[in-house]
Amino acid sequence: MTAISCKALCRTFQQGEVKITGLDQVTIDIDDGEFVCLSGPSGSGKTTLLNAMGGLDTPDSGQITVNSQRIDHLSKGEMADMRLHKIGFVFQAYNLIPVLTAQENIEFVMQVQGVPATKRHIKSLEVLKEVGLEGAADRLPSQLSGGQQQRVAVARAIVSKPTLILADEPTANLDTKTASQLMDLFVELNRHHKITFVISTHDQRIMTYARRLIKMQDGKIISDEKLSSAIQ
Amino acid sequence: MQTPIKTITILAWRNLWRNYRRTFIMLAAITVGAWAMIFMTALMRGMVDEMIKDGIRSLPGHVQIHHPLYRDDPSITNSLSAPSKQLLTALKQDDVIAWSTRVRVPAVISSERDSRGIILVGIDPVAERSITNTADNISEGRFLTDKLDNGLVIGAALAKRLDTQPGKRVVVMSQDPDNEIADRGFRIVGLYQATIEAMEENTIYAARDTVQKLLKMGDQISEVVILGKDYRDVSTLTENIKSAAANDTEVLPWQELDTYLGTMLKVMDGFVFVWIVVIFLALSFGLANTLIMAVFERVREIGLMQALGMRPSGILYQFMLEAFFLLTIGLGIGNIAAVASIKPLESGIDLSVVAEGMAMMGAGSTLYPALYISDIILANIIVIILGLLTSLVPAWRASRYDPVEAITKT
Ligand SMILES: Nc1ncnc2c1ncn2[C@@H]1O[C@H](COP(=O)(O)OP(=O)(O)O)[C@@H](O)[C@H]1O
Ligand SMILES: [Mg+2]
Repeated sequence: MTAISCKALCRTFQQGEVKITGLDQVTIDIDDGEFVCLSGPSGSGKTTLLNAMGGLDTPDSGQITVNSQRIDHLSKGEMADMRLHKIGFVFQAYNLIPVLTAQENIEFVMQVQGVPATKRHIKSLEVLKEVGLEGAADRLPSQLSGGQQQRVAVARAIVSKPTLILADEPTANLDTKTASQLMDLFVELNRHHKITFVISTHDQRIMTYARRLIKMQDGKIISDEKLSSAIQ
Repeated sequence: MQTPIKTITILAWRNLWRNYRRTFIMLAAITVGAWAMIFMTALMRGMVDEMIKDGIRSLPGHVQIHHPLYRDDPSITNSLSAPSKQLLTALKQDDVIAWSTRVRVPAVISSERDSRGIILVGIDPVAERSITNTADNISEGRFLTDKLDNGLVIGAALAKRLDTQPGKRVVVMSQDPDNEIADRGFRIVGLYQATIEAMEENTIYAARDTVQKLLKMGDQISEVVILGKDYRDVSTLTENIKSAAANDTEVLPWQELDTYLGTMLKVMDGFVFVWIVVIFLALSFGLANTLIMAVFERVREIGLMQALGMRPSGILYQFMLEAFFLLTIGLGIGNIAAVASIKPLESGIDLSVVAEGMAMMGAGSTLYPALYISDIILANIIVIILGLLTSLVPAWRASRYDPVEAITKT
């Protein structure tokens, strides 16, 4: 099944007099269970594409279908609900709400979804274990390392089983070792739970994890290939 | 999906203590503001209460019954018959603390030195004691003893004007029902003092039966004066008396009998309101600033929460709730502080240092703060409502952030 399908997405930004192209006729389909890397130099449109896919930003034209629901003309509130139920986000930094503990951060999404407390507690502890942070449940984000914070963010993203997880340069602020550990975690989650990942990066080493590598430049997709040599 | 209230409450509460120094400063400001609202209002109320009570005690009582034309022409022709059986029953009810009948007519008093136009009041000295305080303010001599007393009690200021004193005789002259001159010599038996000097100069007291005899009016009277339980709430009493009194009489509460005192109470209510709002306005700048700072500091997490699927309303409520916590905690402490600082003062604050000026305004030299629950409630409601309105602007702004811009904000 198709997790997300984008057709002819265009997005331009107006900066004073200048028109900047963010996306230029981008068309892609991503199937359930895929592990996709979105690569390209800085400014190539990766973030713009991920934001459009995740319903954070609305493209000027084109169609986006998540789980067979058109999302490109939803209202603000409907868009929020779509993100809440179908998308898991992992950003480059500042992923966590500072006043909530690791476990509470994971429960946050479920809380907004209206999941009952007991179920929330069980599930949040389960995913904390999955990302290797069973001992850190009661720590505040400020008491966690950068790598740990990203793991909590990943746990939160997967906890309510969204259609797909969008990670925008999740390793950019991490050292090499921590970065590869996080990528290992992504690969494992993808393998064991069939979770769909779209991960943007401009780091060569990260791309080696990809089973499908999409390259972007100037807002266009310049190549889209399946790789069999990916680290598994 | 609307964010559950519990989630919003936890976020608002923890965020409140995040920058605890700023929170404490704001709490201190709200506390001091609430204290000032309630404390100062209690002082002002106490002052005005004293003036009004004093005013009421010096003559009008709470409700009076008159001949319908008496207030326009307070002459002997516009008098009433003695209270009927029906009225007497009403006057025995629980809501009547005390009542009395009076003859009150314009007259002229003459000493051997001078003469002046005054109001001659014929009273029942025993009943009158529980309604007015003249008997307690005798500065020389004695007050009247009973309905048949032949003596005359005049104000100390009037005695000075007439150059007379207790023990001396004066002549009081008025008109009888046939418009004939009725006059009589009285011996001054006592002088009284009043907080309002004009009163001291123009009101003299004699026994009611003596005056009735002098004016040949039988047992006719000028007015029935009634004292109820609470001067602030006389409407029921007025209605009860009205339905028991004869049809061709006029029954009025003190506010209408003494429009000056009545207006004073209304002006005071308005003044309390303005005072509370003014203090709030001073607070509102601090409150708005605190919230704007909080919104600025948290732009990224606002974006994050929205990206994760919290609707803008969830963000709005979060900041509103934070403001609500701030307001209620500040008000709570402020209320306690105000009550705690007023209670010990309720036995009276000695103002003898500035008493001269106060006396001119009709107040005593001791100030009794008056803490009204209604004033406390008013202050709290105003602060909460206006406080939330003030918070609405920063909270609304916070909820309008575009998640993409908010997250990428550096
Ligand atoms: N809000 C914006 N306003 C103006 N230009 C923008 C905005 N967001 C992105 N752009 C521009 O769009 C292009 C693509 O940006 P982006 O998607 O962030 O690239 P990447 O994530 O690959 O580095 C860049 O040229 C960038 O400057
Ligand atoms: Mg980017």
